[in-house]
Amino acid sequence: MNEFLALIVAKYNFWLYIILMMIGLYAMIAKNNLMKKLVGMNIFQTAIILFYVSIGYKHGATLPIIQGGHGTHDAVIHAADYINPLPHVLMLTAIVVSVATFGVAMALCVKIYQRYQTLEEDELRIRLSEK
Amino acid sequence: MLWPIDLIVLTFVIFCAIAAITVRDLLGTAILFSAYSFLMCLLWAVMGAVDVAFTEASVGAGVSTVFLVAAVFRTSRRTKD
Repeated sequence: MNEFLALIVAKYNFWLYIILMMIGLYAMIAKNNLMKKLVGMNIFQTAIILFYVSIGYKHGATLPIIQGGHGTHDAVIHAADYINPLPHVLMLTAIVVSVATFGVAMALCVKIYQRYQTLEEDELRIRLSEK
Repeated sequence: MLWPIDLIVLTFVIFCAIAAITVRDLLGTAILFSAYSFLMCLLWAVMGAVDVAFTEASVGAGVSTVFLVAAVFRTSRRTKD
C-alpha cells in the first residue's frame, strides 16, 4: 500500500494529465450542448499536448537555445544540457491544427443554429426526426 | 521545473476545466476557457517550452476566445447543462 502511494505521488503530474483528459472526454460524450462538446474536445487536445511536452523535460537542463551560437561554430554542444526540443516542435503543429479545427467547428455550429434555431443535441434530434 | 508551482498551477487548470464545462452560460464558458488556456501557457513556460507557451497564449487564449465569443453572439447563450 505504501509503495503504491509512493508511486502515485512520484508521478503526480501524469495522473493529473489523465484526470484532465478524462474531463475532456466526459464533456465530449455526456454534454448536451454542441459548444460544450467543442470546449471538451479542446481540453482533451491540450491535455495530450501537455503530456508530450512534459516528456521532453530534463532535470538541470536549460532552454533549447544554443548559448553563444553566433561565431563559435566549432564549439561542442552537449545535448544533455538542453531540454529536448523535438516534442515542443511537434506540439506547436498540434496547437495550430487544434485552433483550425475549432474555427471550422464553430462555423458549423453557427450554420446549424441558423437552420434549426438550437444548439442542444436532443432538440436537434427532435427537429431532424420531424422532417 | 519547481514542483510546488507545477502542482498549484495544475490544480488551478483542473478547476478551470471543470468550471468551463459545468457553468450554465456559454459566455462564462468562453471566459473560463480563456483562463484555462492562460494557465496552461504558464505551465508550459515552467516546463521550459517557451515557444509552445507563447503560441498557446496568442492562439489558444486569444484567437480561440475571440472565435468562441463571436460564435456565442451569433447563436445563443442558453445551455441546459
